[in-house]
Amino acid sequence: MISKKEVEHIAKLARLELSEKEIEKMQKDLSAILDYFDLLKSASAPLRQGFGETRKANVFREDKADEQKREVAEKLIDAAPDKKDGYIKVKAIL
Amino acid sequence: MELTELTIVQAHEGLKNKEFTSVDLTKAYLEKIKKSDLNSYLSITEELALAQAEEADKKIATGEFPMLCGIPCAIKDAIMVEGQKCTAASKILENYVAPYDATVIKKLKEQGAVILGKTNLDEFTMGASGENSAFGATKNPNDKTRVAGGSSSGSVAAVAANEAIYTLGSDTGGSIRQPASFCGVVGLCPTYGAVSRYGLIAHASSLDQIGPITKNVEDAEIIFKAISGKDKMDATSTDYVYEKANVEFKNLKIGVPKEYFAKGLEPEVEKIIRDSIEKAKNAGAKIIEISLPSTEYALACYYIIGPSEISANLARLDGIKYGLSIEGKDLLDVYLKSKGKGFGDEVKRRIMIGTYCLSSGYYDAYYKKAQEVRQLVRQDFAAAFQEVDLLFCPVSPFPAFKFGEKLNDPLSMYLADIYTIPSKLAGLPGLSMPVGKIGDLPVGLQIIGNHFQENKILSVASQLEKI
Repeated sequence: MISKKEVEHIAKLARLELSEKEIEKMQKDLSAILDYFDLLKSASAPLRQGFGETRKANVFREDKADEQKREVAEKLIDAAPDKKDGYIKVKAIL
Repeated sequence: MELTELTIVQAHEGLKNKEFTSVDLTKAYLEKIKKSDLNSYLSITEELALAQAEEADKKIATGEFPMLCGIPCAIKDAIMVEGQKCTAASKILENYVAPYDATVIKKLKEQGAVILGKTNLDEFTMGASGENSAFGATKNPNDKTRVAGGSSSGSVAAVAANEAIYTLGSDTGGSIRQPASFCGVVGLCPTYGAVSRYGLIAHASSLDQIGPITKNVEDAEIIFKAISGKDKMDATSTDYVYEKANVEFKNLKIGVPKEYFAKGLEPEVEKIIRDSIEKAKNAGAKIIEISLPSTEYALACYYIIGPSEISANLARLDGIKYGLSIEGKDLLDVYLKSKGKGFGDEVKRRIMIGTYCLSSGYYDAYYKKAQEVRQLVRQDFAAAFQEVDLLFCPVSPFPAFKFGEKLNDPLSMYLADIYTIPSKLAGLPGLSMPVGKIGDLPVGLQIIGNHFQENKILSVASQLEKI
């Protein structure tokens, strides 16, 4: 079973606040799911790179900004919970 | 015939022959939706629908109008419709309003579509029952004590209960095909890249695809044709133009993967699927038993790759750019609290699995290994399609289950998608069509094709529908 400390560490990496009850449930659920993943250890067959893939080439575009309609840009800013004068406000990190 | 029972083609004919107007049709649906107790809709876009219907009626009056003009539809609430709420059935986006149209919506609007509302789903499209919606589960119209399937729960229930002529859903591991099977409607998951994902709230970007849910195969073809094609806003979309095929059964080789008929498949489901295969055989198709040896690994592979992509994709929901924001003492605290409060159990679980699999020291054992296994799964299918044209198999091992039956056991819930996940990992198209019932509960047949061979699938499915 994965430890409480481990769950707390992963939750911190994921920026998720979990309650005590959630941590306990997560220990149980994650352990069962991770145990199930052990199945993959027995998967071994020769890999034939590219066989069965849909895309054979990369997709490139010019490194150039596309014009965006001002009203769309405004709507995007509007969606932010905290904003001022067309800017999104973020708490100081220093 | 009731107005709400029409297919796309029938409704189009009715509009053309002036038997009714788009406003008549739209009002009939709106009335039906308002009386519904299925919880298939999260929001009704009445004002938009009526304005679109009036606009459509003007176009119809000129005599020349596209197939979808004036036809009422509904959209999974993970696909953005400009100016309307788009919640992904999550508390974190409860009040989020879409700033632009998804490409598929733009395409439907160009034809003059009428959008009735946004349909229910599992939160962020993660689930197999619809029960993970933060706004209550959708009931199965065939038996209201049972789930509609997921994640496109509302989209399938709405079509099954005549609350929309057609709907759009999205499929990451089976989210169109499995609920379509549970509710007894047609659902098509296109080839990865056939339909633009622009404006679909991301779940796992290497797997997500938008597709149609309809009353019959002909309608699915119409919608697929309307929404597919290259889009500059989605680099993974492909330059692809749908061309109708006419496949004759006597020239058709159907593969039946033996791994899909092994332990776990309910005998009554198996019987219905075997009967369908028999029908195709009697119509002249050659049936060949094939093997997809990596099938047993697909589910584990999917639940590493999917959650890994989820942990990256959902990081954007941090209480800063949009959605729920909870006040905190510093920036980190805002992230922790907003996510902790905003996401439901399954979403949190998958973020945790993904973060674990990608974390230092575990990457090789999980994510890298899963990518290798994904290639094995692809190879299996590629080899199979050197031998056969299409695959016939079940959509899900069982029909719709009772509410709560699998809710507390994530692994048993994941098994509901065991036959839809492998082809998804390979980016292949798959269709679910109703072929039988166990009591009141519909059972779907899955037809899987090679990449961009939706035309073959649809041709065979529409012939099978008539046998």
